[in-house]
Amino acid sequence: MSDELVVAGEKIGSRLILGTGGAPSMQVIDEVIAASGAALCTVSMRRVDPTTTGSVLDVLGRHGVRVLPNTAGCRTAREAILTAQLARDALETDWVKLEVVADDDTLLPDGLELVDAAERLVADGFKVFPYTNDDPILARRLQRAGCVAVMPLGAPIGSGLGILNPHNIELIVAEAEVPVVLDAGVGTASDAAFAMELGCDAVLLASSVTRAQDPAMMAASMAAAVTAGRLARRAGRIAKREHARASSPTTGMAVL
Amino acid sequence: MHVTINGEGHEIDDGATLADLVTEHLPSARGVAAAVDGEVAPRGTWAGVALREGQAIELLTAVQGG
Repeated sequence: MSDELVVAGEKIGSRLILGTGGAPSMQVIDEVIAASGAALCTVSMRRVDPTTTGSVLDVLGRHGVRVLPNTAGCRTAREAILTAQLARDALETDWVKLEVVADDDTLLPDGLELVDAAERLVADGFKVFPYTNDDPILARRLQRAGCVAVMPLGAPIGSGLGILNPHNIELIVAEAEVPVVLDAGVGTASDAAFAMELGCDAVLLASSVTRAQDPAMMAASMAAAVTAGRLARRAGRIAKREHARASSPTTGMAVL
Repeated sequence: MHVTINGEGHEIDDGATLADLVTEHLPSARGVAAAVDGEVAPRGTWAGVALREGQAIELLTAVQGG
């Protein structure tokens, strides 16, 4: 049965979205993309370094992976909008992962700047994927602004703390009319599976794979976890109970 | 004339265009976007963007991240 992720009317071949940040080399990026089966990967926009050889775009191109430029490092709506416009011009895509963070210590989204930037980017024709707090009301505002997905954090970027407020993620999922992507905080495979069990449509992660001791093996693990979590969500888990419930027949017992 | 390219000062020919500058300074313009004084200069317009004394040019491309 087809169970493809569809965002902005386009099919994405995997529910695991990979960030390319934190990898020690292009070779590692190449290996983790192959191992993860990711079909969508984020990149950042930075000043050209003429001495650099090899581009992350070449690696993504070889794998046929779609590029999702981000606005990482931007602190204001103005900076994020300009960065998104530059990414659109350079990469010929109107998709953007919108990040507007408040400071370097938390890397938490600045909700006011985020909604402002989202509204103006949508008006400018962008397909906006906002990286947001695990706040159901902020997620609602971003949807109303016309974002094509909402991407709540599980925990701060790079922290590997997992999903700190699963209840809020469930609330966001419950009222979402666009795909929900758990973005940031994943530390290991069980976090990714949990996100999918909570009803997220996809998981976006980077550090947990690129900074693992064996990045390619962790990428394969994350892919399996996302698949497992998705299947479990669709299969419908049993209700939790206070007491045991026998799974073996309780009738026909021999008198011994 | 003097301009700033990615934060560093450079002397360029009077009358140089943004297209000239990119050709001069980068091995390839593939995947590159430009901003002049904080405004996007779309790739298709570079040949017609005459640079002026003191302008700040930012040349960006995709790197690993996110």
